[in-house]
Amino acid sequence: MDAPALRLTGIDKHFGPVHANRSVDLSVAKGSIHGIVGENGAGKSTLMGVVYGYHTADQGSIEVDGKPVRIAAPQDAIAAGIGMVHQHFMLVENFTVLENVLLGAEGGALLAKGRARARAELERLAREYGLSVDLDAKIEDLHVGAQQRVEILKALYRGARILILDEPTAVLTPQEADKLFELLALWRDQGRTVLLITHKLREILAVTDRVTVMRQGAIVATRETAATNREELAELMVGRRVALRVPKGSAAPGAEILRVENLVCADGRKTERLRGVSFAVRAGEIVGIAGVSGNGQSELLEALAGLRPIAGGRILYKGEALPAPGDPARAKQARARAIAHVPEDRHRMGMVVAFPAYETAILGYHDDAELAEGPLLSEARATARCDKLMGQFDVRPADPRLKSGKFSGGNQQKIVLGREIDRDPDLLLVGQPTRGVDIGAIEFIHRRLVELRDRGKAVLLVSCELDEILALADRILTVCDGRIVGEVAAAEADERRIGLMMAGIAA
Amino acid sequence: MRAKGELPAWIDVVVLPLANLTLAFALSGLVVIAVGEDPVKAMRVLVQGAIGHPEAIAFTLYYATNFVFTGLAVAVAFHAGLFNIGGEGQAYIAGLGVALVCLYLDFLPWPLVFLLALAAGMGFGAAWGAVPGWLQARRGSHIVITTIMFNFIAAALMTYLLSHVLLDPGHGAPETRRFLPGATLPSMQTMLGWIGVDAPRSPLNLAFFLALIAAFLVHVYIRHTRWGYALRVVGQNEQAARYAGIDPGRAIVVAMAISGALAGMMALNEIMGAHQRLLAAFTSGFGFVGIAVALMGRNHPVGVCLAALLFGALYQGGAELAFEMRGISREMVIVIQGLIILFCGALENMFRPALAALFAKPERA
Amino acid sequence: MEEFAQFLSLLASTVRLSMPLILCALAGLFAERAGVVDIGLEGKMLAAAFAAGSAAAVSGSAWLGLVAAVAVSVVFALIHAFACVTHKGNQVVSGMALNVLAVGLTAVLAFAWFREGGQTPALQGAARFAPLELPFVQTLSGVPVLGPIYARLISGHNALVYLTLAAIPLVSFVVFRTRFGLRLRAVGENPHAVDTAGISVAWLRYRAMLCCGVLCGVAGSYLATAMASAFQREMTAGKGFLALAALIFGKWMPVPTVLACLLFAFADALQGRLQGVALPGIGVVPVQAIQALPYILTVLLLAGFVGKAVAPKASGVPYAKEK
Repeated sequence: MDAPALRLTGIDKHFGPVHANRSVDLSVAKGSIHGIVGENGAGKSTLMGVVYGYHTADQGSIEVDGKPVRIAAPQDAIAAGIGMVHQHFMLVENFTVLENVLLGAEGGALLAKGRARARAELERLAREYGLSVDLDAKIEDLHVGAQQRVEILKALYRGARILILDEPTAVLTPQEADKLFELLALWRDQGRTVLLITHKLREILAVTDRVTVMRQGAIVATRETAATNREELAELMVGRRVALRVPKGSAAPGAEILRVENLVCADGRKTERLRGVSFAVRAGEIVGIAGVSGNGQSELLEALAGLRPIAGGRILYKGEALPAPGDPARAKQARARAIAHVPEDRHRMGMVVAFPAYETAILGYHDDAELAEGPLLSEARATARCDKLMGQFDVRPADPRLKSGKFSGGNQQKIVLGREIDRDPDLLLVGQPTRGVDIGAIEFIHRRLVELRDRGKAVLLVSCELDEILALADRILTVCDGRIVGEVAAAEADERRIGLMMAGIAA
Repeated sequence: MRAKGELPAWIDVVVLPLANLTLAFALSGLVVIAVGEDPVKAMRVLVQGAIGHPEAIAFTLYYATNFVFTGLAVAVAFHAGLFNIGGEGQAYIAGLGVALVCLYLDFLPWPLVFLLALAAGMGFGAAWGAVPGWLQARRGSHIVITTIMFNFIAAALMTYLLSHVLLDPGHGAPETRRFLPGATLPSMQTMLGWIGVDAPRSPLNLAFFLALIAAFLVHVYIRHTRWGYALRVVGQNEQAARYAGIDPGRAIVVAMAISGALAGMMALNEIMGAHQRLLAAFTSGFGFVGIAVALMGRNHPVGVCLAALLFGALYQGGAELAFEMRGISREMVIVIQGLIILFCGALENMFRPALAALFAKPERA
Repeated sequence: MEEFAQFLSLLASTVRLSMPLILCALAGLFAERAGVVDIGLEGKMLAAAFAAGSAAAVSGSAWLGLVAAVAVSVVFALIHAFACVTHKGNQVVSGMALNVLAVGLTAVLAFAWFREGGQTPALQGAARFAPLELPFVQTLSGVPVLGPIYARLISGHNALVYLTLAAIPLVSFVVFRTRFGLRLRAVGENPHAVDTAGISVAWLRYRAMLCCGVLCGVAGSYLATAMASAFQREMTAGKGFLALAALIFGKWMPVPTVLACLLFAFADALQGRLQGVALPGIGVVPVQAIQALPYILTVLLLAGFVGKAVAPKASGVPYAKEK
């Protein structure tokens, strides 16, 4: 039998107090597709970072094709034939596709020669693998699917024999994902080796030959894919039996809370991101917005929260038109009228990582009369509010003075969600509620959202996780390219149908 | 529980700045050697000159008063995420405001003159700070460049006014006439005289207490009001500010206005207190000292006061030094100032890994 | 004909005054394209001017002065890189520190070494870069229009002017046509992309600061040994900041940046000529107002015409790997 394409022995890695990888041993057979699953923070990305030389392991060794290699920097990995498609694309946005591929593989001090050679080679690769992309287009003008093709081309151009793909389907429709998987299978048949990192069990079962499960930085099991199933993998990932779905009764929708009519929104570069969106949300229901990220969901959420100017249409809340968004006071007015907003990116928007938790817990509500003490903002009252919230939402550690950035992703999200739910909103706008959150906290957060619905509140949920939408929403609207392409009741929804809509094919 | 690599608070607040400061002084010593003088002797002269006798201490406190104002100015802007290097120009223009009140409204009763001069100084400084703030917030102008340009423009404007409009005809130098006694700040000597304490003559005056009050008020404003909260949110994360319904543009203009007003208060110390007339280039680079003071004081009002004291001593001691040692010029203090900005500001974390390694082990045992 | 001659001499002095701005702006271009904000151009230029003035005074050679200037400026640039790249310090603070340090050090050392009240000795002969006369000036002198243009605008500058003029296309070539330039532009936009492409972010930024230091060094040497004939205290007078403004105004592109520098230099040349002249309808403008012209122009340009200029995305942000 051939030596394994990649063998890791005793890989150990710390980030400060976090033990990200605990003496990991892994062997990946040549010409196979090997899946690595685990929760957020299980150490998958760190491990791949070590293989790619992006992180340096504290201990351990790496062998490629049976030969020990020292990988201290990405250039060593590239030289050893390892290529990586990162979850967050490593592309220079204002460069062309060609320039991005050339970067680091220029083929000489002057660009002209390498440029011509790269163009020819890329055209060949694109033909061979059906990875068509305009070489002279700027990355910022490409949609995410095409950007991913550029990342793949980059790895192939450098002659990668071992390809690592980190959560490659996060930006794809289910159908696009299937196409990617066909490509992976083709590479395997050509003798290349593929490492697929994902937290989606469906994908693992669909394409891999073998699967390794990681938990808390260590490998807990490796299985032949054919000999395992979804439940076993989920249990291995979490370390206990998990409810993959939160129990929820049927909705009892009441009065209409939010009505959006023909909403049009442009981004900073004047590209229309929302092209006439209309829908309504009623009290006591969760309306889910499904779609591949970058199809206008973010803009919709921000416009509703009053953070983004609208170019057309109107927003009615409880039957009244809200003042035009964009003015900084508008976000405040929304809050005053019981609209709460859990933003998609909590680090960028929902919290201040450098502030102690009690100061993050009053963000947006710092003008509340009950926090004031004469002309001053009462630290004691803010701390008390944070204490209460931490108790109710099981935030750990329950320390209001700890810096917000020091909490784990799940606990940060609980603080943000708690802050927004605590004010008893009539409408909750929530984006990616469980991004970067561990499974235990996902369950907790899902329960809270259903609870809010059952109390007769309206919830608008935006998520790129189709599973999450299917688990929570009572009605599902699918967006594609700034338009709503279809609406399905939860009972009739299935992955395939919504997947087609996500690709813009109305079903 | 403390994470590995994180330092106990006392090391962060005391040891690290002291280590950085020591390095800055050590390198300054090398410069002293380079100009052919004895650094040990220089240090002795400096310390003696700064705190060796009551008059020296009074001068040290007088300089420190300026630095508290300009240091607070830089610190407030820093909290809003802004680098205000225009304190020099803001103080200079504020001098005009103070002088206008003291020259033309001196017939009013003293308390009124004092309040008007205070308001004029703060107002003029605030305006000169708010304009670059507005340009940054609404027009996207780089605030560092704009504030620097405003320093040059302020200098040109003031030179023109002092040599053409406000010039005291009987005088050779570009300066106004002396203010009348009813339009000046009482000196410390006078004030201590009221309670029967005999103090040496010095430029130290009432503005010293204003500085302490300003430091206290800045602390309350930044840490304990919702406006201060909003300002800090903007400084940390502009997106989060928008999300929270805070107008970042407005916060930037307000922060720059407060910053300018604080820098402007320096004019009270210099113009209404020490010189009792408006004169060219009275700011003498004190606005820039504020940067070093704020960085050393970690933008905390108490830290700013302590750092201001240190720089007050440096300036006073430096004057003595230039007088006593022929090879050393007054600009030696600027060298030290530059090194302090470098080591306490840009390189503040240089010793952190070493200190972390040093102090992490006993913790784990 | 008189007006034409005056206009020519105005343009010629625009060229002379633009040199330090252009050199500094190109220096800043290297730094900022690599993602390092450098407000320390001013300080590097000042320190370099002092080094050039001192070395030329001591050695009697302007070229040795240039070498010293470049060396000192490079040291300052590397300190900036050490603080901002190696230790991830605040780039604006570091730049400011070096500016203050340069003001202090040059004054202290000049005072101690030369005892001339903070300036270096006046330079003569080979210790200065003298104007060069290009060939054929005499031959062409008879040709109308072209002759005077050649003689007064194109010929008659010193070696550093021609060096700088050659540097403009060179910088443009390096930034847009070479491997180094591609990587430089990439690291200022997305250092993660550079790192994962197998290129050291830190080493790349150090090299960019090296280029920045060299160009600032030439600028300083120009000030002290070509434009003036000695180092004087704070002789940079904000030129480093004007260059930075020109860089922003030129949207970090070499040619537009150079044009912006020429505009500032023209304002500067104009102010030299407007002093004491009565303008129609306005009368004699105070000399201070004219002196403030380049600074006011900078504020207006940055506020009015640039709007929100899009800087290299990663500029000002120290590079840290994602976990």
